[in-house]
Amino acid sequence: MTNAWTDIKNTDLVVIMGGNAAEAHPCGFKWVTEAKASRGAKLIVVDPRYTRSASVADVYAPIRQGTDIVFLLGVINYCMLNDKVQWEYVKAFTNAAFVVKDGFAYHDGLFTGYDESKREYDKSSWDYVIGEDGYAIIDETMENPRCVWNLLQDHVSIYTPELVDRICGTPKEKFLKIAAMIAECSSPTKTMTSMYALGWTQHSIGSQNIRSMAMLQLILGNIGVRGGGMNALRGHSNIQGLTDIGLMSDMLPGYLSLPTEKEVDFATYMETRAYKPLRPGQTSYWQNTKKFFVSFQKSMYGEAATPDNDFAYDWLPKMDVPTYDILRAFELMHQGKMNGYFCQGFNPLQAFPNRKKISDSLSKLKFLVVIDPLDTETARFWEKHGDINDVDPAAIETEVYQLPSTCFAEDEGSLTNSGRWLQWHWPGVTPPGEAKRDNWIMAQLYLRLKELYKREGGAFADPILNLTWPYADPDEPTAAELAKEINGKALTTLMDPADPKKVLVEAGKLVPNFAVLRDDGSTASGCWIYSGCFNEYGNNMARRDTTDPDNTGAYLNWAFAWPLNRRTLYNRASADINGKPWDPSRKLIEWDGTKWSGYDVPDIAPTAKPAEVGPFIMNAEGVARLFSRGLMRDGPFPAHYEPFESPVVNLVSPKVQSNPAARVFQDDWQQFADVESEEFPYAATSYRLTEHFHYWTKHVWVNAVLQPEFFVEISEELAAEKKITRGGWVRVWSKRGSVRAKAVVTKRIRPLICDGKTVHIIGIPLHWGFTGVAKQGFGPNALTPFVGDANMQTPEFKAFLVNIEPINEPVA
Amino acid sequence: MFPPIPNPTTAPQAERFGTQDLIRRSASNVTPPAQRQTEVAKLIDVSKCIGCKACQSACLEWNDLHEEIGINTGVYDNPHDLTPASYTVMRFTEWVNPQTDDLEWLIRKDGCMHCEDPGCLKACPAPGAIVQYSNGIVDFDHDKCIGCGYCVKGCPFNIPRISSVTHKAHKCTLCSDRVAVGQGPACAKACPTQAIVFGTKEEMKTHAAGRIADLKSRGYANAGLYDPPGVSGTHVMYVLHHADKPEIYAGLPNNPRISPLIEVWKGVTKYAGLVVIGFAAASGFIHYLVKGPNRVSSEDENAAKRLTGERTP
Repeated sequence: MTNAWTDIKNTDLVVIMGGNAAEAHPCGFKWVTEAKASRGAKLIVVDPRYTRSASVADVYAPIRQGTDIVFLLGVINYCMLNDKVQWEYVKAFTNAAFVVKDGFAYHDGLFTGYDESKREYDKSSWDYVIGEDGYAIIDETMENPRCVWNLLQDHVSIYTPELVDRICGTPKEKFLKIAAMIAECSSPTKTMTSMYALGWTQHSIGSQNIRSMAMLQLILGNIGVRGGGMNALRGHSNIQGLTDIGLMSDMLPGYLSLPTEKEVDFATYMETRAYKPLRPGQTSYWQNTKKFFVSFQKSMYGEAATPDNDFAYDWLPKMDVPTYDILRAFELMHQGKMNGYFCQGFNPLQAFPNRKKISDSLSKLKFLVVIDPLDTETARFWEKHGDINDVDPAAIETEVYQLPSTCFAEDEGSLTNSGRWLQWHWPGVTPPGEAKRDNWIMAQLYLRLKELYKREGGAFADPILNLTWPYADPDEPTAAELAKEINGKALTTLMDPADPKKVLVEAGKLVPNFAVLRDDGSTASGCWIYSGCFNEYGNNMARRDTTDPDNTGAYLNWAFAWPLNRRTLYNRASADINGKPWDPSRKLIEWDGTKWSGYDVPDIAPTAKPAEVGPFIMNAEGVARLFSRGLMRDGPFPAHYEPFESPVVNLVSPKVQSNPAARVFQDDWQQFADVESEEFPYAATSYRLTEHFHYWTKHVWVNAVLQPEFFVEISEELAAEKKITRGGWVRVWSKRGSVRAKAVVTKRIRPLICDGKTVHIIGIPLHWGFTGVAKQGFGPNALTPFVGDANMQTPEFKAFLVNIEPINEPVA
Repeated sequence: MFPPIPNPTTAPQAERFGTQDLIRRSASNVTPPAQRQTEVAKLIDVSKCIGCKACQSACLEWNDLHEEIGINTGVYDNPHDLTPASYTVMRFTEWVNPQTDDLEWLIRKDGCMHCEDPGCLKACPAPGAIVQYSNGIVDFDHDKCIGCGYCVKGCPFNIPRISSVTHKAHKCTLCSDRVAVGQGPACAKACPTQAIVFGTKEEMKTHAAGRIADLKSRGYANAGLYDPPGVSGTHVMYVLHHADKPEIYAGLPNNPRISPLIEVWKGVTKYAGLVVIGFAAASGFIHYLVKGPNRVSSEDENAAKRLTGERTP
């Protein structure tokens, strides 16, 4: 989230699209009801199903899953045509006026530079024209046809209300009503918030779904302001923490990236990460990358990381492919190239697509280690459970180790919520049985591996042998010790660069925040963006002060928000070019002539002059990007592509049906249903229900009572056509698998008319399996295709094709 | 935001109401307290409810109930109905508004309404099995319950359920144990959107008025408070977007009132019955005084013997 949960109360309009906050985030949803009840805010819900969120919405519109970009570019087009643009904001704070290279173009579904054999783009033309002074050329009049704004206008012009109707199945009047409501928020004194979740990410075009809304929010001037923002509702209490701390295969903590194999030494690695400002006087904060990187290496390798060995750069893994995401991991497993697998708090047999492939892959492993508080399906993948887990245990030779671990309520530590708040928690109960804390388990694994390397040697032992392990009890580092390591400390006494006689931080002390980190090895910090969480002031994550001056919802003394306890990212943009708040009633920070101050920690250097330094300090341009240059694999503007399994042909680019830059493994192509398939005519989607959390709460009696049994949801129309009765049994199958379920027949799903064709939607919730106390049942991953988003590889769980038929009640 | 009730201290505290505050007791009389406590109420704002079932979950947990894991019957409602172990359930109704042709998903938390004029209590023949406190809470005393089920017949909302195991009647207590120590009901505490709030009845009415104004501003011309006069008002009230049509909310009664049978049975009929019983007894006694005891004639004796198969002499 750019903003905080508590900030949603400040909004005028909530748009829930690509998510179902009431269903999946009921506690956070309280801020939506609060905005509605106290401010008179309106709520719009756009979803293939009439959801629990829709039940309290002012306006609901249906949409065919996987067509959100059409809808959103349609709204952008509407705003541009109707002059519903926050012009001052767009001109000053976005790259609208930047001039793009002549080579860049978009034709028939493809951007310039496409290589079909690699399914990749050469992105060199996706950039600004750079002047002789090294800065990007801009045309403030925006008359140059190569200005981002004009290219965008041209790009979105095809996304008319009629096209939205034809592709999305959203009735034109509904679309226009919603577009008009959204367009009203182009006023500087009206804000809209976007609340989205996996309804946008779990598509082969997931990142571009989010880009589309981010662009719309920029055009409306809603980024950086109270009640605005792009608010990703994280599906797990600590999944924000997972990404922050760099658990993606290609990342290091704090959104630093792992080297690629082409970056053979540290100097080469740093070359592409210099992030020189693209406009005069801009902050371009990533210029500090080297400080954060070196401090990270020092936290890993301590004294073994020296300037002479490039701070142990060689000990980092180097990527030979863009990512080792989970889809790739299972592909490698399936090919027999990955032989061992650790699952820590992860249940891939339930959570990853094409369950048959996942199960076959696990069966090829030599060993599988499952670290989990629960008895997961993955740990039991070799057990036969009728047709729900139809395997032959005798044929599986994988050795499975189950290490019971603690649950969050049995452990101390911090969770990072969607709003980037690091909130400390304390154990409420003692762990049951032989359950051990993850810290203990990981420490034991490490210490024993190290011992083996020491005793027996082995290939490339350096990264293991040289890891620092400075914990009081090496067998079990405490959460506080790890938090301090993440915060960072001074390794030698740090002097003030401005005043060499002044001591900033004494040697051995925790650093106050990342501003003092150095690139010479004199500081260590495990995750720069978290720096400040546990410093000499104490454990800031444990703060529980509810003081909130003027009820802005900032709560600066509650827990710690990264970065620097800032609650709203880009909050400099809440004030105009001269530093005056766009909306005085919603002030965040303002310029008083000498410095920035206000209710939040300013997201800009405190003395940076307003007209000189742009608000988007992480970008080399200092402004936000309507045109994302080469940063996305699938285009600098979003464009509509159909899901890999779609009931219709792509009307925007019939020759390029689905995302041309999405990675597909060879064997998986054969497992996609054809476009407009007669064999699999129905558009399915998967989702969560309020009563459960993933595959955990089926182990809990009360949750199992509230939603006991697997079901699928279909419209009354489809039920009548297929002679399916409410509460009767059905079989649903795709090209990859088959499930049986109870049928919930509902008015909340209606067939959509897309370009004259009736598209039936089938909804498949995901909470059942074969362990736990709820009734045994299937999950949608038995049906879903093995393909992910082009940028993040998040699997396409939200749009796929199935067939359905009524069946007799299965014999128990 | 409606100010939430602060957490209690851990120190023990005196109960805020008890038997001295009873204003009604089934099949018996109580001396009402000289001063009635401030009436409490729970307000369920259907327009804010997202149907998350946190209230159901909290109810099961707080009351330590062990509901069975059921099956799916083609709807979201689970359990499907109130049971002796489920004092509250969400009832989901898919209703197409004939005026707008828009679907509305009406989600109503069902459970005891804590009527000011409680039909269950009036129908109950077991002395003290159902009581009403002066703050409005209607509570069951299971030790005194005989499991006859009259309370179910007496309830205009069809709420109490009889356990086939314990043969006792069960329903929502409005968390009388929590209210007694200054807390609100568990369901209100758990509700994430403040669709359930708890306070004095007056506070609830005021809060409801604000909610109704908001709903009217959003085009719900018939938004209103459900506090049915047929049972002299309730201590669980609803804010409804369509207060003119409560029946669309899974059959919420339009004009609930205690069955005339109960009123007649426990009212006039009860006294008339007593008169008839008294008259019969009196006439029997007078008959005895006038005619003396019955004597068995030899004809009667013979007839009896024929009937039992004995031969007559």
